[in-house]
Amino acid sequence: MCPKLSFLPRVGQVPCISGTIRDMNVAVCVKQIPDPAGELSLDPSTHNLVREGKLVLDDSDSYGVEMALQLVESAGGGDVTLVSMAPNGETSGLRTALAMGATAAVLISDAALAGSDALGTARVLAAAIRRFQPDLVLAATESTDGYTGTTPVQLAELLGWPSVTFAKHVELGEGLVKVRRQTEAGYDEVECPLPAVVTVTAGVVEPRYPSFKGIMAARSKPLDELTIADLGIDPSQLGAAGARQEVVSVEDAAARQSGEIVVDEGDAHERVVAFLERIKVL
Amino acid sequence: MEKIWVLAEQSRGEPSSTALELLAAAGGHASVVEAVSWGEGVAQAAQVLGEHGASKVYDCRGLGSSLPGPRVGAAIASLVEAGGGPDCIFVGQTYDGRDVAGRVSARLDVPLLTNVVGLSSGDEGLVSEHAAFGGSKVVRARFTGAKPEVFVVRAKTFTAAATGGSAAEVVPVELPDTGATDGAKVVGRHEEEQEGPKLDEADVVVSGGRGLGAAENYALVEELAKLLKGAPGASRAIVDAGWVPYSHQVGQTGKTVKPSLYIACGISGATQHMVGMKGAKNIIAVNKDESAPIFSIADLGIVGDVHKVLPKLIDAIRARS
Repeated sequence: MCPKLSFLPRVGQVPCISGTIRDMNVAVCVKQIPDPAGELSLDPSTHNLVREGKLVLDDSDSYGVEMALQLVESAGGGDVTLVSMAPNGETSGLRTALAMGATAAVLISDAALAGSDALGTARVLAAAIRRFQPDLVLAATESTDGYTGTTPVQLAELLGWPSVTFAKHVELGEGLVKVRRQTEAGYDEVECPLPAVVTVTAGVVEPRYPSFKGIMAARSKPLDELTIADLGIDPSQLGAAGARQEVVSVEDAAARQSGEIVVDEGDAHERVVAFLERIKVL
Repeated sequence: MEKIWVLAEQSRGEPSSTALELLAAAGGHASVVEAVSWGEGVAQAAQVLGEHGASKVYDCRGLGSSLPGPRVGAAIASLVEAGGGPDCIFVGQTYDGRDVAGRVSARLDVPLLTNVVGLSSGDEGLVSEHAAFGGSKVVRARFTGAKPEVFVVRAKTFTAAATGGSAAEVVPVELPDTGATDGAKVVGRHEEEQEGPKLDEADVVVSGGRGLGAAENYALVEELAKLLKGAPGASRAIVDAGWVPYSHQVGQTGKTVKPSLYIACGISGATQHMVGMKGAKNIIAVNKDESAPIFSIADLGIVGDVHKVLPKLIDAIRARS
């Protein structure tokens, strides 16, 4: 961390004197999603998630944004650029991440994107990211709404870059990132040359809350809106047609019945023990 | 359907339980089932893979310090491009499985269906099942032409079954040049000391949530899990808060568990959690909020303070042994 940077209005314009590695430009893939606390529904004809109304920054992405801000600070300079895709020009989630301290945002918005799958999304993100050549792309391991969990790796392959998924710790080295990657048994220490795509698990850093100053500043930060045509992508590869998959049906799942509810009056543990005996766990 | 490939993870010659589950599922839909594996010990794993229905195992061998995603993904893509590829590829929804599937998808320009929790044969090929909205809806989906069809399947979706076959034929695979995509190198491996069973294989799972109040109280959950010879799990809330690592997370964005017994301690039951554990045979929930959604699926619900109930429960169980 470079303490001097905390006095700067914008991260990345003045190189830090001590501990400088080099300027570090980080792109963070972020998704704006319907508020998970609200009522969610599927469009009955397209079976796409209804994305009308206000969208929020996916909580999972706030870890990537925070990580990017910290990495740029530790590098002593650089930009954090948000990259997002939405069919309807929605920006409220991006403003949240800008208010946290990101430098700028790129929103690819186009009606042709509705119904895109993970590979189509990766195609769009790759085209946008090629335009500004960041050193590092961060993303969440998966989004909260679609949770496909493969877009970042597909993106890395399309860019021809290495990727490290499920990072629980990330730091910068000389031209590389050092990552602790979650495994079944523990974690692997991985070193990965830049440029690279890294996905971060939740809980790796504590996302900062946007300050009032940050929220005010976010209003005037650059937010570029691009279309598919701007990126030169063939629209037939995107949207529902490009996804080459379809929903056959949506049905209510079989409901599970609830059993007995007991209010603890100091002896509820005995009920639990009796239950465990009955199912022969004890 | 003619042929299905199963991405079969193995460690020291022992196939993962998910690999065997996928082989069982593949056997129900195709006349030829083959496995793709990597790492030291594939020749040894070929015995068990064969016994579970794989006639061949494509062996990508030891990857040295490389991560599996780019190398195994490229190997699968080049096998498919060389001809003789399968109609479908089944991949487990694991750390490495997702990496391999993503690389295969982008290399071959084929879409993926992930988080599969069921598969059935329809008029036009396989139809996959997915849990949506916290498991309250079942979404069925299929591919519309791209081949091979890649399904990324959650653990415990199918039951492994031996077919009585003999060892799978081991076919060595030349790994194509993967250039910069293979740049990430493992420089150290840390295996956390793990007592008891793995979370997604345990017969008993005891999970903790925000209701524990503080990170140190997770010790109660670990203690109870240990006493019941189970594994400790967690809600997303306390993983996000950094109390426990992601590997403990049960739910949509974590692991699916189907134990005989699931004990939810201080977990309100967000839909994203319930989708990962409602397949448990028996569910006990302890939560001080009587309106917590977890009670709607619990066989035994205790409305009470986990800080009071758990220590007493632990003492009572301990007193019996």
